[in-house]
Amino acid sequence: MSNITVNKSADPASAPQLSTLRQARLPWWGPAAPLALALIIGCGGGALIGLESKIQWGLISAILFVVFTYLLTLKVEGRRQAKNQLATSLVWVCFLLAVIPLASLVYETVDRGSTVLDGYFLGHSMDGTQRMLAGGGVYHALIGTLEQVAIATLIAVPIGLLTAIYLVEYGRGKLAKTVTFFVDVMTGIPSIVAGLFILSLWIIMLDFSYSGFAGAMALAILMMPVVVRSTEEMLKLVPNELREASLALGVPKWRTIIKVVLPTAIGGITTGVMLAVARIAGESAPIVLLVFGNPAINNNPFEDAQSSLPYYIYEQWQNGNEPSYDRAWAAALVLIAFVMILNLVARGIARWKAPKTGR
Amino acid sequence: MAKRIDVSGLTAYYGSHMAIEDISMTVEPRSVTAFIGPSGCGKSTFLRTLNRMHEVTPGGRVEGKVLLDDENLYGSGVDPVSVRRTIGMVFQRPNPFPTMSIFDNVAAGLRLNGSYRKNELSDVVEKSLKGANLWNEVKDRLNKPGSGLSGGQQQRLCIARAIAVEPQVLLMDEPCSALDPISTLAIEDLVGELKERFTIVIVTHNMQQAARVSDRTAFFNLSAVGQPGKLIELDDTERIFANPSVQATEDYISGRFG
Ligand SMILES: Nc1ncnc2c1ncn2[C@@H]1O[C@H](COP(=O)(O)OP(=O)(O)OP(=O)(O)O)[C@@H](O)[C@H]1O
Ligand SMILES: [Mg+2]
Repeated sequence: MSNITVNKSADPASAPQLSTLRQARLPWWGPAAPLALALIIGCGGGALIGLESKIQWGLISAILFVVFTYLLTLKVEGRRQAKNQLATSLVWVCFLLAVIPLASLVYETVDRGSTVLDGYFLGHSMDGTQRMLAGGGVYHALIGTLEQVAIATLIAVPIGLLTAIYLVEYGRGKLAKTVTFFVDVMTGIPSIVAGLFILSLWIIMLDFSYSGFAGAMALAILMMPVVVRSTEEMLKLVPNELREASLALGVPKWRTIIKVVLPTAIGGITTGVMLAVARIAGESAPIVLLVFGNPAINNNPFEDAQSSLPYYIYEQWQNGNEPSYDRAWAAALVLIAFVMILNLVARGIARWKAPKTGR
Repeated sequence: MAKRIDVSGLTAYYGSHMAIEDISMTVEPRSVTAFIGPSGCGKSTFLRTLNRMHEVTPGGRVEGKVLLDDENLYGSGVDPVSVRRTIGMVFQRPNPFPTMSIFDNVAAGLRLNGSYRKNELSDVVEKSLKGANLWNEVKDRLNKPGSGLSGGQQQRLCIARAIAVEPQVLLMDEPCSALDPISTLAIEDLVGELKERFTIVIVTHNMQQAARVSDRTAFFNLSAVGQPGKLIELDDTERIFANPSVQATEDYISGRFG
């Protein structure tokens, strides 16, 4: 077999076929000309026919860019390359469309939030500040968010982790299927529903008062399915061979899970938990229902109303005046920074704990 | 230390699929027994029934008896965990723990069982690595991750890990199938040394290897695809390779098979 192929390719008669490997190519800056053309027509044409919105100009340019690059490549390089170019252009355009709102959001928040964000803002509450006037701060809301998120995490992570371990390592048959089903259902619970559930159970039926803890319970309900899901996926990625290797050494199953399976997956699990934390840190609906809001500092999450960052933003926005808008933007910036720091910490842990390679 | 294994009437299932049927054999202490046979005939399955690893597979079920000296591994009240401490296993693909260093990998069995004294741990690790012919290659990087070793080194690391807990029997499932001839030779030499202390069972697809390392050889076969595998014959390695008593064995060994 192999002899025949060798002979054939050595055959001088088939040498001209080599030319099918080479053909006309656009230079690497090929797409620049269509881009310029698309921008000129898009913006110029847009201005001429009196489209007001720059977004419309941009969209026209984007569509024209895709069409022009396709046609140009089709002309110079051929059909298959044109399709390839079409896909590439679309990916680029979509990437830009996705990045523009994100970048403008970050820019806007930083720009407007930094006007009043300073040490005073971070260190003071709204207690005694007139809502129409400048001044006051976010300290009480920051404390509230930190405490509520911490309590929610303390409730949700152990339960979520153990559920995921059950599902992956032990769960067989009906019970496991049922649990998986309800976890899926829980993933879709709107935050206001979780809030209403705790409201009717904790505050109306059991007659407790508003507190950070009540809010934290609702947040925990929102967090749990996310933790279960991400942990489950991570545990499934741990190769079965590692479990068998450990079992074959005479290590009991529970120890195998704690000492071999969890450490192998810990990086991914941490990332999942942090994403869940980031998600609940921005929830406002359960806070409105259960924590009630409080302009003063309340360090005790188990008694009386607290505030939280999302609630604070909402409250300030409702005030409807310039100093309040500034405070709202600054609080939004604090919230984004909080989530960002958590993400960085999670990435750090994931990298530090990830299975090591190399000598 | 080394113990005799007596198997009688052993049948193993995956769910409702019968993978091996009615196997009876004796594995002598301080000897190497090789299992040969075509792919899918149930060598790995049988090997895993010998230390109760078969039941780890979902749906895995075993009938019959495996006597270790005189104790039935499948008797009531026998803890599979202590069975696996007595009968160690090396897998076909090297599987060092990726989160652990070379030292920790070897120490894993002792540490995870919680049965060790701190000051003897490093002695055990050194002894086991020497036993697995790996000490010289890794002695100055014991704290580096085990997954940074070459495939052959990783396999010897797994052997060191298995012998560190001082089992009485060592089961090896194609330990050389992913290795180059030199690593293979190192492991074969190692098997020769280890049989002074352990009872060894080794699965291999390599006839020369079976002939080189084993004292006795068992040939497994299955009558058709989907049928359960059976033990065809077990005899001294020399006899199996010189003049086996069953025609199928001769066909398989000489390559006139199927
Ligand atoms: N996890 C499993 N679930 C279901 N059936 C399995 C499983 N593992 C193996 N089997 C079946 O059991 C039979 C024996 O498989 P086994 O792995 O023991 O063969 P083997 O002799 O080790 O083959 P090889 O030489 O290729 O490793 C095969 O028919 C296989 O399909
Ligand atoms: Mg096998």
